[in-house]
Amino acid sequence: MIDAVVNKERFVGQPLARIEDPALLTGRGRFLDDLDPLPGTLVAAIVRSPHAHARIRGVDLERARAHPGVAAVIGPEEVLTALRPFPLSLRAPMPYYPTGTDKVRFVGEPVAVVVATDRYTAEDAAELVHVDYELLPAVVDTKLAMKPDAPRLHDTANSNIASDRVFNFGEVDAALERAAHVVTEEYSFPRYSSTPMECFSVIAEWRDEADGPRVTAYANFHGPFSMVPVLTGALGISPAQLRLIVPQDIGGSFGIKAGIYPYIALLAVASRHAGRPVRWTEDRIEHLLASSAGSDRIMRFTAAVDAQGCVQALDVDFMENVGAYLRPPEPATLYRCFGNITGAYRIDTVRLRSRAVVTNKAPTGLNRGFGGQQLYFGLERLMDKVAHTVGLDPLELRRRNLIPSGSFPYATPTGGIYDSGDYEKALAMLVESSGYRALRAEQAAARGRGELVGSGIAVIVEPSATNIGYVGLATPQEERKIGREKSGSTEHVRVTVDPYGVVSVLLGTVPQGQGHATVARQVVADQLGLPLEMVVPKVDMDTSTTPWTVTSGSYSSRFSPLLTSAIVEATERIAQTIKVAAAVLLSADPAELELAGGNVRVATAPERSVKFRHAAGLVHWDPGSLPDGVNAALYAEAAFTPPEATAPSRTDQVNSSLCYGFVAELVQVRIDPETYEICIEKVNAIHDAGTVLNPLLIEGQVHGAMTHGLGGALYEEMAYTDAGQPTSTFMDYLVPTSAETGFPLVAERLVTPSPVTRLGAKGSGEGSSMSFPVAIANAVADALSGYGVEITSLPLHGNVIDALLSTRADNKRNEQPCP
Amino acid sequence: MKAAPFAYVRPTRLGDVVAELVRADEDGGGKVIAGGQSLVPVLAMRLGRPSTLVDITDVDELKQVDLIDGSLRVGAAVRQRRVERDFRGVVPLLSQALPWVGHREIRSRGTVCGSLAHADPAAEMPAVASCLGATLEVTGPGGARRIAAEKFFSGAMTTCLGPTEVVTAVRIPLPRQGDGFGFAELARRHGDFAVAGVAVRVRTRGGTVEEAAVTAFGVSDRPRYRDLRDELQGAVERAGVDAIGIARELGDAVTAMADQIVTTAGDSHGSSQYRRRVLRALATRELVHAYQSSLEPPR
Repeated sequence: MIDAVVNKERFVGQPLARIEDPALLTGRGRFLDDLDPLPGTLVAAIVRSPHAHARIRGVDLERARAHPGVAAVIGPEEVLTALRPFPLSLRAPMPYYPTGTDKVRFVGEPVAVVVATDRYTAEDAAELVHVDYELLPAVVDTKLAMKPDAPRLHDTANSNIASDRVFNFGEVDAALERAAHVVTEEYSFPRYSSTPMECFSVIAEWRDEADGPRVTAYANFHGPFSMVPVLTGALGISPAQLRLIVPQDIGGSFGIKAGIYPYIALLAVASRHAGRPVRWTEDRIEHLLASSAGSDRIMRFTAAVDAQGCVQALDVDFMENVGAYLRPPEPATLYRCFGNITGAYRIDTVRLRSRAVVTNKAPTGLNRGFGGQQLYFGLERLMDKVAHTVGLDPLELRRRNLIPSGSFPYATPTGGIYDSGDYEKALAMLVESSGYRALRAEQAAARGRGELVGSGIAVIVEPSATNIGYVGLATPQEERKIGREKSGSTEHVRVTVDPYGVVSVLLGTVPQGQGHATVARQVVADQLGLPLEMVVPKVDMDTSTTPWTVTSGSYSSRFSPLLTSAIVEATERIAQTIKVAAAVLLSADPAELELAGGNVRVATAPERSVKFRHAAGLVHWDPGSLPDGVNAALYAEAAFTPPEATAPSRTDQVNSSLCYGFVAELVQVRIDPETYEICIEKVNAIHDAGTVLNPLLIEGQVHGAMTHGLGGALYEEMAYTDAGQPTSTFMDYLVPTSAETGFPLVAERLVTPSPVTRLGAKGSGEGSSMSFPVAIANAVADALSGYGVEITSLPLHGNVIDALLSTRADNKRNEQPCP
Repeated sequence: MKAAPFAYVRPTRLGDVVAELVRADEDGGGKVIAGGQSLVPVLAMRLGRPSTLVDITDVDELKQVDLIDGSLRVGAAVRQRRVERDFRGVVPLLSQALPWVGHREIRSRGTVCGSLAHADPAAEMPAVASCLGATLEVTGPGGARRIAAEKFFSGAMTTCLGPTEVVTAVRIPLPRQGDGFGFAELARRHGDFAVAGVAVRVRTRGGTVEEAAVTAFGVSDRPRYRDLRDELQGAVERAGVDAIGIARELGDAVTAMADQIVTTAGDSHGSSQYRRRVLRALATRELVHAYQSSLEPPR
């Protein structure tokens, strides 16, 4: 798939197989449920609300406590006694605890925890917990929840709108007045997840020591580690009193497991009452009901367009449904794409209104693409509508609006600094690879014959390596405290060389299955001129020993841009020590040495060489021989700290990510004229994520992100009834399987290295999660272009198309004049 | 998702199966388990709480597959995958339908008779049994009896089976000369229960339609059987053997049938209106297909 020239001298860039796979494929993965680290661990089951909204009048735990085999049962009273509300990302009077306390606010919200000898007993006893509910009217619809007379979720708040901010960059109203065309539409993006194969898993132990409590927690949590202070804040302890351990294998997450930390707090309280460590393994129903999901969003887009089809200004209104609580890091979904809200287009004037709304749905959180699929669904549907309005082909319209080649780094009006790219070239590649002109002619001819065939395009900017500073935008500038600002995109690594020259790499990225160990090994081997076998990455996390900071973790595709940069910095220091040691053995000047092939050699006289391990051995065994002033330091830590990731400005601009990749996609669909089944006939994609570290893994990311996007476009929706009853099984929540992913994909790659990372790599894990849903929607809209229907929401399938077309038929009928 | 407590027995003789069911019936109710592909999730979600599970997979006489009296007789402990693999083409409609039952892993555990006894209105096996006029063999404390498939299904997940009775086998008639078959379903994903589906059997003699059995599933509380013999014969007389012509001529009849038998309230996968549309398309297509294959000489 990758045409780029592979340098055989280096491991980076080669399609090396994943070193993680043999264990995983032979059932020898070490997931948390496979581990039994704390003797005497008991098992918990959680009692959950069957109601979307109800006041808790009373909770009777006594029958459950009396059940044989039960060690402890805790409810709202114990939670309120032991915990403080989780500190929120912004000031909002909406206290959030791991259980309902005064009320329950979504179906599946925890109310009590039963701790017993085993899960069966715990579930038997859980049935004996009696909760006296006073039912309240529920509201799940975002717009209904925003009304002043809507059922109020939080009694202490004066509305369900948790946050409402307006950002102005330029004179939008003036541009709208001047515009040749004003194009506007409202879009609705659905709530869906990534459904990891492994659900949440926690073991927690609370111990009271002489100097205060200690909490040890095992969890398949992968960051962001800014949630650690949130967790310890609720527990009323310092991060030093918490030891959080993450096993080396996590069975997927794609962001979803960032929402696990409330359960760590809850299980810690349960352990305190049980006097023993407590394990809780989430089952699939719990996961679908109450774990996490991407947010659903209503968005209104208005474009001021000139006569040539160039968008002069954009007016955007986001209404984000974050569920029952503003669970940190929410409302981050609203702001993750702040710096790239104008996408791939040269649009200088923008107004954005961002509202986060609480409803009686489960809380939302990270989900692969995080904010991107929502944004681009609106923006790229709108660009099609602009094309239609001005009478241009959607591709030509986009070409006219693209940020031109040669204008990188490119500053967006909202503060983003696009580090590199060549969008025009990528679009030209898409035209070439899809045979665009002929394709469009064929489709038009087919539609003329009554066939429902069409194609859709999406061009998007893929942000990676989040600058957590963007979360600050949810708080108005005048309330942001000087000296308490947030920024950063730091990533830590520790590299150690043992007396035999074997290099250990301790990562703080906590992979969820992406293959970080494989790529870390490639980078280290290149940097130190070693064979791969001499590099041993370690990916399990222990906050008491692994270097970490609040930005650590795997989210926003941070590994490729950040961790590899940290590795380069750490290994440069290691290499320096090794060269000094080798210089002793070779009687040479360290400056004339190079590392290659497992040796340290004189660059100009390669026959003068010693083995890397002998140089490492000297540092360990004979440091006395090192020159004066040289430390025998064969471990090095690095914290890659990009200076481009700063806090929001006083004018509310922020470079919300360090890197910005690019995706251009074309999808062709055919719709069965009788059953309205949608068949994806053709997919062409061009991706640019800077330097390719491992083409095999990046190809996997493209397939995975597309499958995720396919789910959102055609299959998955966490739907709620008006009364707040959710989708709760795989009978209704349809995840695409391998049978659904056989669409023909031609993926090509453009490489414009990033100037802000050490290897030029950007993140590549999320692009098609952001672009594929809207590319499919655009294709379906194109196929139905003769029928006057608007595609403004997802998912799309036969039943939806049937409803759209019959609504239109009904309207047509109604429009006819009476005889 | 852990089952409530239950007793588990695995008799080796049919008589003991019935005895266990009788005993359990006095004690909260027993439930027969074979493949468990539907029952185990029900237990795990505590939506069903039998006092005793009676596992029939160790009863030798229920593991038999025989050709007997012009039928394929499939015992109650026989896995779907075994019929699919070892008896391919013996009952063509069954062979066409089996790959649509869940996924291969599910069929390796699930049984043909279990699918019938479970009586999911969107399942394939009940529709095949209905379309082919299969007969279920049932044993209870009062002895054995036989029930026609059409009478067996009495509602969604409901059959006329008594609480102490067990299905022991199903007899599915073998094809005869002049038989043609069609099977299709639409599901949002491969392996899901059908939004709408259809099993069709057409029998012709000398080009004349003698029978046109259509069973629709996924559209009502049970498989719905219709004989469209006159309608198909009329369409053939008007259109000849041209497939598109027959399909066109069948239009009104199939539309009327769909309007009549689609009674499900609908859900997010398919409204009743959409299910009518799908059923119309599939039934027309498969009637034509079955008619045409009925004209082909036997191989």
